[in-house]
Amino acid sequence: MNASLDLVLQHPGIWRGDQLAQAGADALPTGFAELDEQLPGGGWPRGALTEILIEREGIGELRLLLPALARASEQSGWQAWVAPPHVPYAPALAAAGVRLKQLLVAKPQSAADAWWTAEQALRSGACSAVLSWLSMPDERRMRRLQLGAESGRAWGVLFRSASAAQERSPAALRLRLEASANGLAVHILKRRGGHLSRPVMVDLYQGTGVRRTRPSAPKLSVVQSPREAA
Amino acid sequence: MLWVALHFPALSLEIFSRGAAAQEPLAVIEKQGNRSRVLACNEAASALGVKPGMPVSAAQALAARLVVRSRDPAVEQESLSGIAAWAGRFTPSVSLQPPDGLLLEISGCLRLHRGFGNLLNQLRSGLNEMGYASNDACAITPHAAWLLALAGTGAVIREPARLEKILGALPVRLLDQAPETLAGLEMIGAHTLADCLRLPRAGLARRFGQELVDELDRALGKLPEAREFFVPPPSFERRLELPAQVNEAEGLNFAARRLLPELEGYLSLRQAGVQEFELVCCHEDVPDTVVRLGFVQPTRALERMHLLLRETLANTRLPAPVHAIKLNAKVILPLEISNLDLFQDSAESGDGNLLLERLRIRLGKEAVFGIAPAPDHRPELAWRFCEAGDDAGSLPGRQRPLWLLPKPLACQHDRLVLKSGPERIESGWWDGMDVARDYYVAQHKNGSRLWVYCDRASGGWYVHGLFA
Repeated sequence: MNASLDLVLQHPGIWRGDQLAQAGADALPTGFAELDEQLPGGGWPRGALTEILIEREGIGELRLLLPALARASEQSGWQAWVAPPHVPYAPALAAAGVRLKQLLVAKPQSAADAWWTAEQALRSGACSAVLSWLSMPDERRMRRLQLGAESGRAWGVLFRSASAAQERSPAALRLRLEASANGLAVHILKRRGGHLSRPVMVDLYQGTGVRRTRPSAPKLSVVQSPREAA
Repeated sequence: MLWVALHFPALSLEIFSRGAAAQEPLAVIEKQGNRSRVLACNEAASALGVKPGMPVSAAQALAARLVVRSRDPAVEQESLSGIAAWAGRFTPSVSLQPPDGLLLEISGCLRLHRGFGNLLNQLRSGLNEMGYASNDACAITPHAAWLLALAGTGAVIREPARLEKILGALPVRLLDQAPETLAGLEMIGAHTLADCLRLPRAGLARRFGQELVDELDRALGKLPEAREFFVPPPSFERRLELPAQVNEAEGLNFAARRLLPELEGYLSLRQAGVQEFELVCCHEDVPDTVVRLGFVQPTRALERMHLLLRETLANTRLPAPVHAIKLNAKVILPLEISNLDLFQDSAESGDGNLLLERLRIRLGKEAVFGIAPAPDHRPELAWRFCEAGDDAGSLPGRQRPLWLLPKPLACQHDRLVLKSGPERIESGWWDGMDVARDYYVAQHKNGSRLWVYCDRASGGWYVHGLFA
């Protein structure tokens, strides 16, 4: 490409198809460089809802969020965990660098209360991150969460079962996580700024998973999905 | 000096009617001799033909639905003190003018409230919100302000030169003198204060007494007037009679909103806040229901109290209809004054304590918590519940799962691939909950990463956590 064309392409009025939406995106780096590259704004979107679809618990869905949670806890504001399936284990969080002082765990009795709690937490503007495990999602409730996250400038995360992948959702970012032999495969189902067909492979444990005292940025690699390779 | 006088012409009526938005025909009666007469009535009653001064029987004949209450001077005084406490938010110099007036000295706080007009507007809208109708007037002497408020002129006199002229136009019946004196003045043709002032002073004093001359001098500022200022009581307790019984707790919102500004004003007068207050719902036959409201930090923010009260009442069930409510704040805590931000930075981030309070009210206190590590080697004892926001400190950590199962689950060893370990934990022989375990990080066939252990006593394998 010649120099004059480069010059033209640098004009801010020109948008190229492979560029992700950057304008106004306020993002929280995930701590995984390869994933950051694929997310608009370079990280988890603040002021929006992120939906994470998982087949089963324990495949690393929380570990994927840990570096960002640790980074978010450097600022003030609650990190609300709404209706988690188990009680989060304090020593593990502390070891990952999450400040437990800012952790707020809510265990509402009913599903309606849980949705209300998540919405209030997002809307309050007092939370940097809101992680929620909610049953009986419907589009109206999800939209309320998305709007709440927008008005409260919070990073909202909603964990759902992978079976919901085909449903419509107002979330700004949708990821489906899948355990695989060499790490965690992150399928980006929806993001602002364009479609990505191949999954991002994230190695959460960096090697064999021996003791790690400090959270460091683990290695990532992009692999071709079988569909694309075929 | 600048004084604002507030006169509450319908105070005897409002103490009964302000607890509800809808106005039923209501009359307040007073015994005069051996006959009861209507002292005051509201608009709904006068629309039906009831007039002040009418015998009770006549009023009841005109309006069948008329609610009749006997005048209660004690409650009127209490309400006046309540308004005085509320007015403490504007100025610390509040003086009672019994039975139905208040005087506020405002020269020192005009700048705080951004000018006289603004202050007056805040006063009016605040009183209206609490359900009181008032006439106000402003003058450089307290007595002149009071006479102008009584006349309902709404005059504002800030220049001494205009005082005598405007005051002179007021009728003599407003003066605080014996009825015979006032009748005597009318008889000699002195109908206004100007007429009185034109008469020779010595003669006026001889004929009607020195008090009359003194009162005129006080109004004109020629004689100083020492006023006693209102001292707030050590704790806050206000009662409000409801005009009709209320069955649903949410129906008490309106009445409570009438009382909360008084609490706020009282707290600002004392430079204090509350961490806990209670709303007592008085029933006829059964014991009173007490609704308690707690805050994370002492506060006196009206909006916050409204919000929490509304949400608490939404979750409250009443055993019986309520005929009166009481607002009590027993423990008054000093509140640190924070200066307002010049650039309003704090408005951007939300109020974390408010969120915590709201969640606690709706979900219950136990459902909202924080977690903290605890110094123990046994995984199940290495953490504890704590109040959200407690600084727990942290301990040096090893690799631990993010979800710890409340109870270890027995599992089959052959389905797991051990990734790392063992980490031997042997502890707790001193409290009877001793463990002797070898912990491993294991990969399950289905992709989950588990924290498993082999119990060294029994040889069994258990899952204790998930590396979520």
